[in-house]
This record gives sequence, C-alpha cells and structure tokens, in this order.
Amino acid sequence: MSRQLHLGLFFTGVGPQLIWSADNFAAHTHIDTFAATVRTLERGLFDAFFLGEGLRVRENRGRVHDLDVAGRPDAITQLAALAAVTERIGLVATQNTTYNFPADLARRLAGLDLVSGGRAGWNIVTTDNAWTGENFRYGGWLPHERRYERAGEFVSAAKELWAGQAVERHSDLIDLVASPTVPPSPQGRPVLFQAGDSAGGRDLAARHADVVFSANTDFDKALAYAADLRSRLVAYGRSADSVRILPGAFVVLGDTPEDAAERNRWIEREQTNGPRAIAFLEQYWGKDLSGYDPDGPLPDIEPADGELDPSRGTISIEHRTGKAERIAGWRRLADERGLSIRDLVIEVTPRHNGFVGTPGQVADEWARYLAAGAVDGFNLLPQLLPGTIEDVVDRLVPELQERGIYRTAYEGETLRENLGLS
Amino acid sequence: MSGRQDLLFALEVDGSGPPGAGTDVAALIGHLSAAEAAGFVLATFDDTPLPVAGGRIEAGVRAAFAARRTSRIGLAPTLHATVTEPFHLATQLASLDHASLGRAGWVVGAANSAAAHATIGGTPLAEPDGLRRELADVIEVARQLWDSWEDDAVIRDVATSRFLDSDRVHHINFTGERFSVVGPLITPRPPQGQVVVLGSDTLGVTENLDIALIAAADLGELADRAHVAHTAGAPLVFAEVEVRPDEGEPSGRLRVTGDDELREVLDRLAGIVDGVRLHPADLATDLPRIAAAVPIRPPSGPTLRAALGLARPANRFAAVAR
Repeated sequence: MSRQLHLGLFFTGVGPQLIWSADNFAAHTHIDTFAATVRTLERGLFDAFFLGEGLRVRENRGRVHDLDVAGRPDAITQLAALAAVTERIGLVATQNTTYNFPADLARRLAGLDLVSGGRAGWNIVTTDNAWTGENFRYGGWLPHERRYERAGEFVSAAKELWAGQAVERHSDLIDLVASPTVPPSPQGRPVLFQAGDSAGGRDLAARHADVVFSANTDFDKALAYAADLRSRLVAYGRSADSVRILPGAFVVLGDTPEDAAERNRWIEREQTNGPRAIAFLEQYWGKDLSGYDPDGPLPDIEPADGELDPSRGTISIEHRTGKAERIAGWRRLADERGLSIRDLVIEVTPRHNGFVGTPGQVADEWARYLAAGAVDGFNLLPQLLPGTIEDVVDRLVPELQERGIYRTAYEGETLRENLGLS
Repeated sequence: MSGRQDLLFALEVDGSGPPGAGTDVAALIGHLSAAEAAGFVLATFDDTPLPVAGGRIEAGVRAAFAARRTSRIGLAPTLHATVTEPFHLATQLASLDHASLGRAGWVVGAANSAAAHATIGGTPLAEPDGLRRELADVIEVARQLWDSWEDDAVIRDVATSRFLDSDRVHHINFTGERFSVVGPLITPRPPQGQVVVLGSDTLGVTENLDIALIAAADLGELADRAHVAHTAGAPLVFAEVEVRPDEGEPSGRLRVTGDDELREVLDRLAGIVDGVRLHPADLATDLPRIAAAVPIRPPSGPTLRAALGLARPANRFAAVAR
C-alpha cells in the first residue's frame, strides 16, 4: 500500500480566517455546531479534531477586538463532551506549558484519553507574554528564551506520570511531587503534537512529539522542514519515520479552476474587509485610524513610538521589533504599486498555506506532496462553517480515496493506531 | 406539612463502589441515566489531585463526558479552588454549562493537605482564615468571569462588520489576596448565567454558595446549621445522607441503613432542608433500591437552575454598563 495521508481539522475559534458574515454561519461556540462538525469529520475518516487555545480575549488598543469571531470553550472539557458522541476520531487539545501546572494538566489529559478510549492528543504550545499572564496566578514569569526549557521539563514529567511513575521535581522551572491517578489508556498515553517552528520548538518536537503541526506548507518549505525534522529525530535516537508531519492548510474547492479562484478571492476580501484592514494598521500605528478610508491611501500620520503591544494575540519574534522599518517599507510598496490600505494589508498578510482548485486538482497536489515525503498529511483550517468541512469530506475525500492515498475505513480504534504510530 | 416529596435529591456518584469504578465511564453513564430516570436533580463528582485506590478520572472530564449522554440531570464536578488556576476553573465550568445546555454545577473543593499542594509546588494555606479567604476569592473571580460576557455580546452585525459588541464584553480587573485576574473569560456567558455553586457550610463561604451542603450525624445539629446557612444567604440547603447496608465507621454524616429508616429520615429532613445529597455505598445495587423505596417527584425545567427553582441571575456588569 502506498503512503497514506492523514487529515486533521483545526477549529481555531478566533481570528479573521473564519468568516462569520455568511448567511448559514453555524454559531461557532454552540455545542451542537461542534458535535455536527466532529460527526462530519468522522464520516470523512479524519484522524483528528483539534481545538486551539488562546487564554485572553484579543484586544485592539485596550478594547476587546470586535471584528473577528471570539469565544471558545475549555478544550479538554469540550473534547470530553465530544468523546461521548464519536467513536474513532482523535481529539486534540492545545494546551500551553506556561500557564498550566504539569500534574494537573497531565491528569486532565489522561482523563480525556480514558473517556475517549485512547483518542486523546495534546498539542503542546508555549506562551510567554505577560499580557496573557494577567489572567493567571503566576502570570508573566517565564522569560521568552526559557519557555521551551520549561516545556521540555513539563512534558518529561507528564510522560513519566503517564508511564505510571511518581514524579518529584524541584527546579526553577517546574516544581511538583505527584503520582499517577489513573491507569494507562488503550493507546498508552495521549499522542503529542507540537507546532512551534523556532529552533526550540523543532527540538522539542524531535525529542517528544508524535505529530508536528507545522507552518511550512509551501512545497519547498515543507520538503526542507521534513528533512530538518527527520535529521533532528535521528540525532535524538529516534526513527526518521517516528513523527507524522501535518502542516496547517486551507482548502478552497470549486467546480472549475476559475470557480475555485473566484471563491478564494471572495474569501480573501471578506477576511480582509475594510474595518479589519484599518484595525490591522491600528495595531502597528498604535493610534486611532478609524477616520481613514480603507480603500484610500495609507495614513499620513506617524505611528506611535514603541514596539507592538501583544494584545491581538501572540506576535511572532520577527514582528516584535522593527516596527518603524516595517511601516516605512509598506509606504514604499503602497506608493510604487498604488495600493489602498486594504490592498496593502492583503498584500502583506499573504495566505501562503492554501490549496485552491477543483477536488481533483487538490488531490493531485496532495499526492505529489505525499510521494515526495514532504508531508504525512494536513491540518485543515476552516474558513466557512460548515461549508469548508462539508466540501472537504464530500468532495475531496473521495478523490483522495480514488488515488489510493486515503483510508476507506479507520484502521484502528485509537488515535495512535490511526496515525500509524508505534 | 411538608414531606419527603418536597425534597430535591442530589446523588454523589463517587461512593465506595467497586475497584475501578472511577475509570469505568460506561458504568457511570448507566448510573446517571438511572438517577435521571429516578428524578434526581443533580449528580456530584468527587475529585482529588492525589491517587485513589483503583484510579479515578478527573471529575470535570467525567462530567463533560456525561453532558451529551444525559439530558436532564445536573452535573456538578468537584474542582479544587486551592490547587488550580482560577481562570481555568471558571472556563472549564462555563464550558461544561455550554456542553450540557445549562446543567453545570460546581462543588467547591478545598484540598489543603501538604500532598495536594505539592502537586503544584505549593504549600497549604493557613486554616481557617487563609483558606476561607482564598475560597471566597476564587468563587468571586469565577462568578465575575461568568458575567464578563453579557448575554447579547455576540451581535454579528454585518453592516458594521462587528461580530461582538465590545461594550458588552468586560475586563473584570479582579485583585484578590493571592492572585489577580484581568479577564474577560475566553468563553461566552454560560447558559445558566451563573453555574450553580455548591459547597460545605464548614468552608466559611456560605454567603457565596447557591447550595450549602451540611454534614452532621445528628438531626438537631443539622437543623441548627441549616438555619444558620439559610440566614447567611444560601438560597438552598441540602443535608448529606449516607445510604449503606451496614453501620460501619462513623463519618460525621447522617447515615441510614434500611428503606424504612431512609423514608423516616427524609420525612424529618423535609421540614429542615430543601434537599438531600445521597451517598450510596454502591450505586449499582443501592440506586435501584432507593428509587423503588422513595419515589421522587421529577424536577422540571430545562436547566439545573430552573429545576432547583433558582432564578437566572442578572448580569452584574450589564447594570453598570448602561
């Protein structure tokens, strides 16, 4: 049998990618929407359903950001409820190692793994910003450069607890004395996912992860990432095939290539509507820009001093500094190309992780990625709810099956079995 | 004259059942379905961060699993205010309320042993005052976070491109003795507005509870403490009642061993408390027996609050904002 694709769906719950203005938008915080979504995914034989995490509601200049969907459940609670209405799909909770206690989180994840009959996963993330920490007892305590060090110690402790061992640690990064409270699940322990793309993130993945949810979706980047990760795995004494690589991706399907492109343009313009384009610039300018026309030229006023504040959510390292140079570059780009505010924002926030085409075209492209060893599958980011999910399950999955690169029935009962992990 | 037919019935699912009962979710769903059919208004789930014999799944996870496999009974896990992050605790309970369409409760846990605190690298709080203040702060922050989104915060106004009305999603800016929380919650307001909060009257936070639980081996003492709890502001007071086949070691709770005794004790409690929380020794054998011996008037109402006869609270921030 040829290599097989594995699919997950990342239900983010916040941000501009999910279009809420569509008439049939399914209330994204209602339990019935979640239940319908996981059942559809299970019909489509998906490996996993992911819940994201964001522990502070996003803001724009000190006020709650009002343009994007917001509101999400506690991931483990929600997935435990969904475990009761599903049979095979994996249930993956994104949980950070900064604002959780290791024994507490390990215990809750072990519980999810048991109630789901061995279908739990943990997407390990780190958070270092003090802004999010303001919701927690021990907020903002962890220096950025040590967040993966804490994550490593945290995950090691969790793995020992899941292996049935008592754990005692007293370092400056973790402190616990704890014993296992439940027996192992049918898959032994939750499957570990890792998404960080920094060197620290890649090392954590190579040491501990079973699956990586990478940001490298372009073919060349995906190939390079796979090579890098597999060499790190070997360096840690693991098999090069011991991790599944599932880059994040969005899919826009159409009846013809032109139809798909047209739908994609519509989605892009919705995701970067006028108010969002203004709000995006306001984050960089640090000033009220509501008086500017999104279809007009860039603001002529100077931005506020200082770097970006993190209140729109996590800011990547490269965007934490260099604000003034970035804005100067945007001005030049807008001048040269005659771009409006909205055009510029679309231009500088490229959605490079998409597959747009007919179901057959996308299936062919995915087969190419798979054959080259660039990926083991994809973690899909929905833009329309329920449209994206129904499209993929009803139109793309049959094309993948025809090409012999996607299962026609679940192989096993646990997430670990279905991912083909030993 | 009130009788036992006027009482509300809660069920503690973590008794001294068979080994492994705490990890057998199929059996748990069977017991909850039986309790729901028998007319119990509420099931409570015990918890500890420490191992128990045979293992037991964390209470919030078990309650959430039950949310879509039951349809009427309230689900109240024990979450320990002392050894958790208050923000996570409030999010988990709000999420349980959403998943169960308004049937979440919270039994306030107050684990304060050195071993419990060591699981998070902490040390015990001074009793009684330090512990009491911490519990009061965690309950208060949870209640404020549950109100941090107004009911109509999601407006989906296509004309102005606004999904939220940001005037209706509030920072709480809570500062307590040992922690502070800015908020708002990441989860919209629970369907019940406020999750139903239960706790022992011995915690010293009775005025912050919706249901005060009273464990006393003596009916006279129980009546006195019930009166105190009502006076302190607890809307409902429940007596803890153990249902066992034998006398066994004393536990400090009322204990009944036979069906006649159960009916007699319930009749006497009916004038003293609003409800009882039964602690059967073994759900599989005791629950059917209790259901047969004591017909319960089934509660009515789509949410746990409604079934308990509690109003859905107004949002504390709505009045301030407008």
